[in-house]
Amino acid sequence: MVMKGYKLPNEVPWDDIELGAIVAEPGSASFRKTGDWRTERPYIDKGICIKCGLCWLHCPDAAISQVDEGYFEVDLYHCKGCGICAAICPVKAISMTEEVEQ
Amino acid sequence: MSERVVLEASHAVAEAVKMADVDCIAAYPITPQTHIPERLAEMVANGELDAAYIPVESEHSAMSAVLGSAAVGARSFTTTAAQGLALMLEAVYIASSHRYPIVMAVCNRALSAPISIWCDHSDAMMSRDVGWIQVFCQNNQEAYDMSLWAFRVAEDKDVMFPVMVHLDGFTLSHVTEPLLLPSQRDVDSYLPRYEYRLALRPEQPTSHGGFGLPDIYTEVKYAQEVALRNSRTIIDTAWDEYANTFGRRYSALEGYKVEDADTLILTMGSLGETAQMVVDKKRADGVAVGHLNLRLWRPFPFADLKQAVKGVKTLIVLDRAFSFGGPGGPAASEIRSALFDVAQRPRVVSFIGALGGRDLDTGTFEYMIDRGREIAEKGTDGLYEPLLVRGLEAGTVVRG
Repeated sequence: MVMKGYKLPNEVPWDDIELGAIVAEPGSASFRKTGDWRTERPYIDKGICIKCGLCWLHCPDAAISQVDEGYFEVDLYHCKGCGICAAICPVKAISMTEEVEQ
Repeated sequence: MSERVVLEASHAVAEAVKMADVDCIAAYPITPQTHIPERLAEMVANGELDAAYIPVESEHSAMSAVLGSAAVGARSFTTTAAQGLALMLEAVYIASSHRYPIVMAVCNRALSAPISIWCDHSDAMMSRDVGWIQVFCQNNQEAYDMSLWAFRVAEDKDVMFPVMVHLDGFTLSHVTEPLLLPSQRDVDSYLPRYEYRLALRPEQPTSHGGFGLPDIYTEVKYAQEVALRNSRTIIDTAWDEYANTFGRRYSALEGYKVEDADTLILTMGSLGETAQMVVDKKRADGVAVGHLNLRLWRPFPFADLKQAVKGVKTLIVLDRAFSFGGPGGPAASEIRSALFDVAQRPRVVSFIGALGGRDLDTGTFEYMIDRGREIAEKGTDGLYEPLLVRGLEAGTVVRG
């Protein structure tokens, strides 16, 4: 999604803030990369995945989306590493691995 | 065309809210505010007022409910006092931060403990920094007028702030006296319907109450601070329009017999009229004293104050609340601060009294004027003088 004129909070001067700091355009959270809070990242093993979509359904951050051939992919810019997808997966296709400093 | 009626001040507020044709009222009864929601509930039940009346389970819920109604663009009203205001305080800050034009009447009452249902201004002073526009009333006519004016100011597109209308509990809220009620036609012309641009609507999704990380919080708060200060222009415009429509003129800081006065006594709320009676008496005795009524508490009228005290030697300020461990009466210390950079400034003499419903009679006002002039003459390093404390010698000054 591309929004015209969207600015990140740290680019907005005080006199350009919407009345009451209300977000007047929907979907702005997708522009703010919040994945760096994560301490663990999910890994989906396509060899095991049955494409049931439970991980997509349960992700509290809408960070999982369906891609080619019906498999699922994690948007690591928004995934917080909560592990719900790994816990809910009925075939244990998702594993959580610790984030390591690059 | 106006109609002369006799009403209790609480009912005058309810009448103003009805004539403002509010859409939503959410309130929890608390003495001495009870007559306002009671009368409004009656009006809604009788079909006199077409509004949603939400009987909530607490003041926190009352404010939360009107936050919701204001978010969809409904004209919204609530009312409380003392402990109720304390309980709702968290949500009170949200109203001004979200810039919702809610109107709230506060029937000023002492904060517990000990439990007191009677008037002082400790509740108003507790909520000093909530970011609302705040005014005080002296009589029933003003209780009506300020309540109506409040909607006009709050909803102006160049303001968009909630407004708190303070009226003294019991000594004003429960007083019955004559007042003029304007015609509905005049009210409608003064207060048109308003459209909230950012209203929550399915076809226009907006997010209210977002998260503010350190990279934006300061800017949001500064924008709010500037906007509240700028609201003063419309505050005055709305009073001008009020005078043009209804014939009664109000202003931020009102003087009574201030011409050539070397001494002024400043009050907030219903004690103003007692002070004016004493000013009349003192003037007859040849004392050059006048009265200032501080109507607009927020945004504070700095320029008006500086103008009003030109040539004045003594400014006596009566506060109806302690600022425990602080610099004196809350209003007096703000006034001292406001005048600090004025070269020819009066000596500000701070009195604290009339707490928890304690009467302050004309004799005490006379004492304040005499004592204030004496202090100004002799000079003192005191912070304030408490009034009428049993066991404390009159004239005892509290020092820092």
